[in-house]
Amino acid sequence: MNKMFTPELEEQLRQVFEGLVDDVTIALFTDGEACYSCPETVGYMREVAALSDKIHLKEYDLQRDAATAAGFKVDLAPSIVLLDAKGDYQGVKFNGIPAGHEINSFIPALLEVSGQASEVPEDLAARVDAIDKPVNIKVFVTLSCPHCPGAVQKAHKLALMNPHVEAEMVEAQTFQELSSKFNVSGVPKIVINDTYELVGNQPIQAFLDEMERI
Amino acid sequence: MKFDLQMDFGSGFSLSPKDSLEEEALYDVLVAGSGPAGLNAALYARRKGLRVAILAKKKGGQLLDTSVVENYLGIQGLSGEQLAGQFLEHVRSLEVPLVEDAEITSVVPGNSFHLVTTATGKTFRTRTLVVATGSKPRTLDIPGEAAYAGKGVAYCAICDAPLFRDKDVFVAGGGNSAVEAALDLAKVARSVTLVHRSRFRADQILVDRLLAHPKVDVHLQTRILEILGERAMTGLLVQDLGTGEPRVLAGDGIFIEIGHIPLAGPFAEHVDTNVHGEILVNAKNETSIPGIFAAGDVTQVPYKQIVIAAGEGAKAALAASEYIQLLPPDQGTLGETDSQAPQFNLSL
Ligand SMILES: Cc1cc2nc3c(=O)[nH]c(=O)nc-3n(C[C@H](O)[C@H](O)[C@H](O)COP(=O)(O)OP(=O)(O)OC[C@H]3O[C@@H](n4cnc5c(N)ncnc54)[C@H](O)[C@@H]3O)c2cc1C
Repeated sequence: MNKMFTPELEEQLRQVFEGLVDDVTIALFTDGEACYSCPETVGYMREVAALSDKIHLKEYDLQRDAATAAGFKVDLAPSIVLLDAKGDYQGVKFNGIPAGHEINSFIPALLEVSGQASEVPEDLAARVDAIDKPVNIKVFVTLSCPHCPGAVQKAHKLALMNPHVEAEMVEAQTFQELSSKFNVSGVPKIVINDTYELVGNQPIQAFLDEMERI
Repeated sequence: MKFDLQMDFGSGFSLSPKDSLEEEALYDVLVAGSGPAGLNAALYARRKGLRVAILAKKKGGQLLDTSVVENYLGIQGLSGEQLAGQFLEHVRSLEVPLVEDAEITSVVPGNSFHLVTTATGKTFRTRTLVVATGSKPRTLDIPGEAAYAGKGVAYCAICDAPLFRDKDVFVAGGGNSAVEAALDLAKVARSVTLVHRSRFRADQILVDRLLAHPKVDVHLQTRILEILGERAMTGLLVQDLGTGEPRVLAGDGIFIEIGHIPLAGPFAEHVDTNVHGEILVNAKNETSIPGIFAAGDVTQVPYKQIVIAAGEGAKAALAASEYIQLLPPDQGTLGETDSQAPQFNLSL
């Protein structure tokens, strides 16, 4: 299989990863042979993990490691959850390969889960803190969509800020069944608790407006 | 599906510390927008030795929505994103600060300087402003369009084309972007039908490619009356302008590529615009307010193209530089507030 990273990209990413604060673990779930884009995702994650001592990769099998998968509510493959230095799941998940434009949501997620916190204005932070019911955010994307990583990043940020919130990228082509269930024909499409829908790269306020309706 | 990584070092994470502007400083040129017009304005202003910065909602502008650019002189074919990357790199090499996610929400024109405020509440002072805020897609404004947005109705072909694999899709419009979208869609969709109310405006080279494509069907002189659907879009109600007959065409999606409307935003409250909302500029890109210049898709200058926007941006910067030189001495001379400006002695 071809490498995902060119030597230049590797060098740039090594520098970016100097910003990692604590250790972070990529828990990757694949599912045998028939799993679309699994081999590519495995190769890609191995390349990422090789770029920093702080990044650890754990490879799981959806069937064999069913209990672990259930613990992180993983039921698709390939699927990636990011774990912090204590090995805790903070609600940051990627379903499907975070390649193409989605590298731009994957790298910041690694940095944030490692403890490199980006700022959110105080009034918004207060609204995020006030969420006290379980929230699941799905952000449907395609890998060719330049606006999508922004939406994924915001969803993941919300998950990191509040333990009630879980946020997952869903690559729409890989998971066509799920996409058609939610009628995805434009991305990014944001679905909250499988009910409330937003289309487009919305500001954090718009996420919160929907989350507060739950 | 292509996995090629499209890394964007400017957003979300970056190699260098995030650019920021100083609220106390007096800039020579603040550029609103970082599409081709804004980036070229910044490049030209910087090379004149001016203190310049860019405030933009989204880096790269409409280039990011363009799959491939084949009509920029010297560039035979490059993705819109790669071209944007090259533009940005060029501007960055001159250390021009560029702040993203900085939507300008209000402007207060003044005699010696103008005030510009962003959505985050930051206010900056500048001697001159170059408004290069571009445009956004025009909508059809027909029944069903809003209801099925994201449920069949789409405005970004490169984003959403992969979702229409083996589906029947329409493209509304007859210009270059419509034809390009149709050709892009034809790579994945089962069928593509282009519907346009008059004749092709697109370049002949593209039209020829389209007409030769086995999956593509074309309905010219056809008006779209309504977008039909239930849970999602199921088809179009169209009218043949020759016969006047209405009919229903079945399909799963429609990409609307019928041109753009200017994004003059808060600037429109101050500078003169035309009936289309485009900012009126003269040959030197001056608006109706001294010290405020405009360039690119946001102006009345015809033919919305990258090469044209870039050229207009250069003109606006040169005119701004001239304007600053003619300011009375008490309002400061070139680069006076700028300790870091390299002294370029370049003739353009
Ligand atoms: C799908 C598509 C395909 C195209 N293909 C081609 C092609 O092949 N060849 C060609 O020559 N042209 C093409 N065009 C047209 C070309 O992209 C535009 O003419 C060109 O980008 C205009 O440049 P601009 O700098 O004026 O504006 P834009 O590119 O629209 O950039 C505007 C900038 O202003 C920012 N902005 C807007 N409002 C604010 C605000 N209030 N505050 C701060 N920032 C703001 C935006 O975020 C953006 O950075 C295409 C356009 C589209 C949509």
